[in-house]
Amino acid sequence: MEKKRWIERSAQLALVVSASVVCATAAALPPSAAMLTNACAGCHGTYGASAGLAMPSLAGQSKEAIVEAMKNFKSGTRPSSIMGRLAKGYSDADFAAMGGFFAAQKLHPTQQSLDPKRVAKGASLQESNCGRCHLEDGKEGKADAPSMAGQWLPYLQMQMAQYLGGTRKMSDEKAAKMKPLSADDLESLLHFYASVK
Amino acid sequence: MTTDRRNFLKLIGVGGVGASLAACAAPGTGLDKSAGRRVVVVGGGYGGTIAAKYIRMQDKSIEVVLIEPNRQFVSCPFSNFYISGLIPDLSSITIGYDKLAANHGIKMIYDTVTAIDPAKKTVTVSGGTIDYDRLVLSPGIDFRTEEIEGYDLASTPEIMPHAWKAGPQTLLLRKQLVDMPNGGNVVITVPLAPFRCPPGPYERASLIAMYLKQHKPKSKLIVLDANPDIASKAGLFRKGWKKHYEGIIQYRAAQKVTAINAKNRSVFIEGMEEVKGDVVNVIPPQRAGQIARAAGLIGPDKAWCPVNATTFESTLQKNIHVIGDACIAGAMPKSGYSANSEAKICATNIVALMNGKETMEMSGINTCYSFLSAKEAVSVAGVYVVKDGKIIGVPNSGGVSPDLSETEAVYAHSWLKNILTEMSS
Repeated sequence: MEKKRWIERSAQLALVVSASVVCATAAALPPSAAMLTNACAGCHGTYGASAGLAMPSLAGQSKEAIVEAMKNFKSGTRPSSIMGRLAKGYSDADFAAMGGFFAAQKLHPTQQSLDPKRVAKGASLQESNCGRCHLEDGKEGKADAPSMAGQWLPYLQMQMAQYLGGTRKMSDEKAAKMKPLSADDLESLLHFYASVK
Repeated sequence: MTTDRRNFLKLIGVGGVGASLAACAAPGTGLDKSAGRRVVVVGGGYGGTIAAKYIRMQDKSIEVVLIEPNRQFVSCPFSNFYISGLIPDLSSITIGYDKLAANHGIKMIYDTVTAIDPAKKTVTVSGGTIDYDRLVLSPGIDFRTEEIEGYDLASTPEIMPHAWKAGPQTLLLRKQLVDMPNGGNVVITVPLAPFRCPPGPYERASLIAMYLKQHKPKSKLIVLDANPDIASKAGLFRKGWKKHYEGIIQYRAAQKVTAINAKNRSVFIEGMEEVKGDVVNVIPPQRAGQIARAAGLIGPDKAWCPVNATTFESTLQKNIHVIGDACIAGAMPKSGYSANSEAKICATNIVALMNGKETMEMSGINTCYSFLSAKEAVSVAGVYVVKDGKIIGVPNSGGVSPDLSETEAVYAHSWLKNILTEMSS
């Protein structure tokens, strides 16, 4: 894949170089992953490190999770404010490029005040209840499960409210795992994941 | 002159770099760039800060000098929060440049650009002259006050604030509203589009009406709009006004203000009907910032700067790029987020051009939130690409929120936090 892109770029370069003799304004390269994702950074922070409590950090998110989220925003499967409207402006190839870009960024540490009791309780619950998909204390995700480590608590709470309210659909496996957990347990889990550096 | 130059160099110089530049400075020039490559960015707002930062992020070998007259920047987005009393001061919408400059090695010059010489590739500030390889102008807007009879640029805004550049004007409009007796009337006049922040006047009307409803219930608000209809998010504003401000906001379309009488605090519609107010917020018609005009960058519309849709380089002057409200960016509106997005596209292509590489097609975004009340907002969003040399919205994408909602408002606050953080760090 990478090689193919490189060959395409080289071919374009050769074309442009030869064409520039006759035409000074040669066609521009197609947008790179950085060009695509720079446009996201006004809301999600430079390199995807969000400072806004309702916006998720995208830095360090897996490519699969980004692609899955964008596809679901685009189709409307996942509820959103503006993300659905924006996702419709991009192709699957764009989503893959964006995912690759954010996956290559370092996980973003956040400074937020959390309830230490809840963090401890969440820590005791997470491995047995969520650990099969939210790996490494939520720093990684199985398949397209997103990384939750260090996300802003308000963002996580908004997502949980959507799951519990039924507007954001979840897999049968996730639903089965969440069912025995109380609202208090779930809140503690969110505090735990928000605390992970 | 020599002393001035030394002081100036001290201002701009950073440690050893400054010293070596001083040693190389050619007589008569403020700062010699020697063998290095330099981009000068003019204007430290939503566009300029990001252009400076993203050039340095992509190529540390390019020196970037950011020229801005003020030590702090006050955001226009969310300034209606202060005007309507939702925030106690401007601190949450004010940023400085120290962290940005230190994090990215950007050289700040706090000064006003008085002249640009596109042939010699120099900008002149009060402290001297600076050479550039490429210049980025993000000068924002100025007012076409000559189109309003009786408007004096120096004195009128002190009586009838525009508050369309955030800062002292924002404070003044707030003060006038607070001082206004219950029963006094507010007038907001909206110029013909295009102008900075298309939904801004209507958000302002909403939030001032909210303030009146709570604190001055006998007062009314008249919106005199030169446009045939509300210029942005029209359906949503109408819905919000009906829900919250019926009987408070009186909206009048196609009412162009052509004259004012500052002494009477009144405006004249097409020179005929006189409308008086106790607080009169005249938002004059606009054009690109004065320095863009001085540099010969204004197009045939006599207001805005035509640019190449890929590089944002002026189509009128080589090596000068114009971003933000001042440029004509096709379908992208004159918003803070557009300026942010344009700055990154421009930066990427400046780095490519300065390294002899191919330029890259743009991919841009606009996101914009407006408040209808303290806790309800609406949004518009768009994704932009180039087609046939013009910036267009990607078909079947973008658009406005289906309704006003508290969720939109929550996102709006995070929007502000993120975009100001991006500009200041």
